[in-house]
Amino acid sequence: MPLLEIKNLHVKIDGKEILKSLDLTVNAGEVHAIMGPNGSGKSTLAYVLAGKAGYEPTSGEVKFDGKNIFDMTPDERAAAGLFLAFQYPLEIPGVATMTFLRTALNAQRKKRGEAELSTPEFIKRVREAAGKLNIDQDMLRRAVNVGFSGGEKKRNEILQMALLEPRLAVLDETDSGLDIDALKIVADGVNRLRALQRAFVVITHYQRLLSYIVPDIVHVLSGGRIVKTGGKELALELEARGYAEYQEEAVE
Amino acid sequence: MKTAAEAALAEAFAAARDRLPGDDAVAAQRDAAFGLFAKEGLPHRRVEEWKYTDLRALMREAKPLAPPPDAAAKARAKAAGALLGDVETRRLVFVDGAFVAELSDLAHLEEGLTVDSLADALSDNDPVLTRHLGKLAPANNVAVALNTALMGDGAVIRIAAGATIERPLHLLFVASAKPDASFVRSLVVVERGARAMVIESHEGPAGSDYQVNAALELFVGDEAHVDHVKIVGEGADALHVSTLAAAIGAHARFNAFSFIAGGAVVRNQLFLKFDGEGVVAGIRGATLLNGRQHADTTLVADHVAADCQSREVFKAVLDNEAHGVFQGRIIVRRHAQKTDAKMMTQALLLSERAEADNKPELEIFADDVQCGHGATSGAIDDELKFYLLARGIPAAEAEALLIQAFLGEAIEGIEHAGLREALLEAVAAWLKARK
Ligand SMILES: Nc1ncnc2c1ncn2[C@@H]1O[C@H](COP(=O)(O)OP(=O)(O)O)[C@@H](O)[C@H]1O
Ligand SMILES: [Mg+2]
Repeated sequence: MPLLEIKNLHVKIDGKEILKSLDLTVNAGEVHAIMGPNGSGKSTLAYVLAGKAGYEPTSGEVKFDGKNIFDMTPDERAAAGLFLAFQYPLEIPGVATMTFLRTALNAQRKKRGEAELSTPEFIKRVREAAGKLNIDQDMLRRAVNVGFSGGEKKRNEILQMALLEPRLAVLDETDSGLDIDALKIVADGVNRLRALQRAFVVITHYQRLLSYIVPDIVHVLSGGRIVKTGGKELALELEARGYAEYQEEAVE
Repeated sequence: MKTAAEAALAEAFAAARDRLPGDDAVAAQRDAAFGLFAKEGLPHRRVEEWKYTDLRALMREAKPLAPPPDAAAKARAKAAGALLGDVETRRLVFVDGAFVAELSDLAHLEEGLTVDSLADALSDNDPVLTRHLGKLAPANNVAVALNTALMGDGAVIRIAAGATIERPLHLLFVASAKPDASFVRSLVVVERGARAMVIESHEGPAGSDYQVNAALELFVGDEAHVDHVKIVGEGADALHVSTLAAAIGAHARFNAFSFIAGGAVVRNQLFLKFDGEGVVAGIRGATLLNGRQHADTTLVADHVAADCQSREVFKAVLDNEAHGVFQGRIIVRRHAQKTDAKMMTQALLLSERAEADNKPELEIFADDVQCGHGATSGAIDDELKFYLLARGIPAAEAEALLIQAFLGEAIEGIEHAGLREALLEAVAAWLKARK
């Protein structure tokens, strides 16, 4: 059974159709890249999977681990193993990063019927994961993403992913705004988590990230549809030729 | 045309006048104060300062003056003060407005600390009253006038120059089940360079529509460091009107915090006068209301002297059909140059039927000052909430986190760690009860 199965998905925002008959199948162990021009619907796909209000599926189906994803609330989806690294991570003044991480981890564990982590065990896990991502203690002490640079916010998303150990991680332009060093740190973070039982959907505008996170399958999203699917060489092709030909295809 | 409540208050004063404690000077003070009430009546919405809290409409009847508490009421009061958890305080307990020595902790008073009941001080014609009583509370405020006219008991606390009182003084006002009225008046005089914290808490049972009118006059000497905390945890049907009137001396540090979570109708008045230069003050508050609760915090921060810094941060979380009011006026007098005063008031509406009224005002008569104010009111940010949901945090818990963060900005300003924790706990308990 595929981990994620999207069939003929149509999604409207404010009455406007953004995704139009989208199909995508992701199996455990795979890394998929979704590339496409700005405004093609990449973030819309990410949000509709995560369950954001206002992103209304009008037809089609999405199964996560065999279950209808639209029967689940966003927090249930997360506890079931779906993770979204936000394109624009939010700042939450007044909520300490440690409190946030701990509340999230324990909420997910509780929903799965697992015991809460002890404080020392939790701290140990955060320290380990943070260390690998070059996130210092001072960042952890601050409120979530408040005063973080763009790169720090993205690394914080990867830290959350590392701690929550999702089964499917959707990374929405996690590479945007990163310099090459930060990009490598983020890519290493992702690669460390690659595993047989886990899958990734890496959304990106540029090929650059895919030199470090090498995908199994590359899709081109344009005008709310997947217009082409290929191997990792498709990313290089897009880099060389741009999206122009696909944008034309998308015109009705 | 008098309302039933106004008529009853006049009767109560006429009946009690001759047995209320105090010498002739105090009696004259009472008569003058009552005179204001007799002239103005209960404040109503056409009186600007009471625009949002129409006491004439909200106070349908005036309850009889509470008799001295019986043994059962005193016994019940032993369980009071739970909100403070394990904060080590020196308790001074008042039941239905009367000081109860046997419930209070008067042993081993720190050097420099003097504690009396107002009733005793009035009977003894304590000279401290002549010097201080009624000197700070605004005489033109009808709620204060009623308090002055009918005050029966309260605390009189003196802290000698240079003394440091480690244990916070906790004035614990408990209402028994009887639907009576109490008028308590306290006086706290902190001399030069002394350090103290005064917590004033008010609680009582739900199901009793008792009435409390409490006033506290606080003198903060030069270079003193004083924290005042008011906790309004009255029963769900209570009417609570209270006033803090303070004068703050030169180079003093002063913090005031109002935590309002109880009562059907609450009016919390703060009249602060920065009398000496170089004061650093933090005036904050957190209000949590649900059901049809109404709470009004009205603040006047009067910068008389130069070089004072004040920060005002007031937050309200309003659920159901609750109504939160904040009126904050910062006055900067002509000689108060270099005043640095910033006021922020924010309301978080958890329901579409909840209502927040914010009225910040600046009255500036000096030219070299830094003053500002801001007010916001709105619902929980859906984007932030979704971020938390997407991390697996259930909706109720996500909202609770965001509400705690919102109030945290005010509560984190409390310097006493134990008290800060206790209030954060009280917020958590309020949020739990919400579900
Ligand atoms: N909240 C929204 N309200 C209205 N239109 C939106 C909203 N979010 C996205 N869109 C529109 O949907 C289309 C796809 O946007 P998006 O999914 O963000 O694209 P991408 O991530 O590929 O750049 C765009 O035309 C955008 O304007
Ligand atoms: Mg996008």
